[in-house]
Amino acid sequence: MEAVLSFEAYQEGLAAGRLLGLYCRDCGKTTAIPQAVCQECGSRALETRELEPKGILQTFTVVRVPPEGMEPPYIVAMAELSCGAWVTGNVVGMDPDKAGMDLIGKEVAVGARVVKGDKYAMGDLKVLAFTVV
Amino acid sequence: MREVAILGTGMTRFGIWEKKTNTELFAEAALDAIAASGLEPRDMQALFFGNCLGDFEEGQLHMAPFAHSAIGLPVSAPAQRFESACATATVAIRQAALLVAAGVYDVVLAGGTEKANSMGTPLATRTFAMACHAQTETPTGLTFPGVFAMAAHTYSSKYNIPLPELKRDMAEVAVKNHFHGAKNPKAQFQKEITAEMVLGGFMVADPLQLLDCCPFSDGAAAVVITDMKRAKELVAKPVAIAGTGQASGGPLAKQKDLTVVRARVETSRAAFAQAGLTPADVDVIELHDCFTIAEILALEAIGFYGFGEAHGAAARGETRLGGKGPVVNPSGGLKAKGHPIGATGAAQIVEIVEQLREEAGARQVQGAKVGYVDTLGGDFGTVCNIILRRG
Ligand SMILES: [Zn+2]
Repeated sequence: MEAVLSFEAYQEGLAAGRLLGLYCRDCGKTTAIPQAVCQECGSRALETRELEPKGILQTFTVVRVPPEGMEPPYIVAMAELSCGAWVTGNVVGMDPDKAGMDLIGKEVAVGARVVKGDKYAMGDLKVLAFTVV
Repeated sequence: MREVAILGTGMTRFGIWEKKTNTELFAEAALDAIAASGLEPRDMQALFFGNCLGDFEEGQLHMAPFAHSAIGLPVSAPAQRFESACATATVAIRQAALLVAAGVYDVVLAGGTEKANSMGTPLATRTFAMACHAQTETPTGLTFPGVFAMAAHTYSSKYNIPLPELKRDMAEVAVKNHFHGAKNPKAQFQKEITAEMVLGGFMVADPLQLLDCCPFSDGAAAVVITDMKRAKELVAKPVAIAGTGQASGGPLAKQKDLTVVRARVETSRAAFAQAGLTPADVDVIELHDCFTIAEILALEAIGFYGFGEAHGAAARGETRLGGKGPVVNPSGGLKAKGHPIGATGAAQIVEIVEQLREEAGARQVQGAKVGYVDTLGGDFGTVCNIILRRG
């Protein structure tokens, strides 16, 4: 059974400025990464929905020793979207050296940016970018 | 199901072994383990072999059959590679124990090897990050220190502990584990450190500084597993595998609150239930302190402390040799002993077996009868726990 929302379609959504997720008709919760089943209850009764690109920043770090090919420092964070699902991404539009505990709880707008893939990655990928509102 | 026991154990010193190959390292550990069991390589019926990154370390995939031939196992003994990131060897040993319990094999050699240090920090950091979710996490530049750094920030925020206070408590975890590591001739760092040194190190991923992090390491470790009846005939002090558990997480987006590792809660519950024991019965623990905050999270999820309550344990001296609680990471832990990821879990078992046999020298936890092994793989993707007791 083919997934309702493929990774490719999710990536195309991000490229078009749309954050796509999966609404579960069984439990009413939303999964914000493309998966074959609901990440809350395992149901396949999913439908693709465009999610409100807004959330609350839950935690973060500033990476200063990066994997090869990445330019530090940069902020990696997790946010809870207004639909309740969590996502991982980067905080952009601020100086990483100014990132502190006061970031937690801040409202963020959720967009995307393109990360150039290295020789191991499956290609250039769109990843979520959080901007503090 | 048969009762299962650990016979002999072996491990190399952990650290930097640039000139040795993975299979050479493994052969040293494995042949010591077989000899300590009163057996010969021809007696092994299977090899459960842990290695994560041999393709990056030496251009070697499918290393298990080469490790097998390096130590002269019989052709009839299958050699199987395991990969569960940092929990690799624990998973291999658990699978060996399950198959011996079921009667499929009578004698299995299990363990692992890794040359993570030899890759250098940029490639090692890149390859370790391959154990994060490649679609949604790795492209953000997330690193393993970064994952645990996010957990530390959540811990501070969730439990209302000012970050400087939490960082001092975390530093005391590193101080304690180096104190233990200084007594372990197999440890990568046999040197004590101070909280000031931890708090003065360069920042790796805010709020984790250099000495909050375990090193990249080379090394190997192995154990021989058999049924308890045979073990009693072969060695004076067999150690029983009393209970095991393993559970799986998923992407961080699914896990959400990184301070409560649900896979670990499930794993430890299963292990304790099988053993018929509780956290209060445990005398000595080897747990997954890949970062200082990680030791705190593990102590809570396994049930040695309540959630939000383990951060001060090291600072209060409870988890140190001679402390009032179960001693945590008397080997020095991943922090001081080192963390060759494919071998780490086997080395944790080696330490607990030595402790339960009262052969741990200056690191001996007096009268230890029950020991606990906890290993975490990936960004909370795999947790595997093994409870050992005197046979
Ligand atoms: Zn659901």
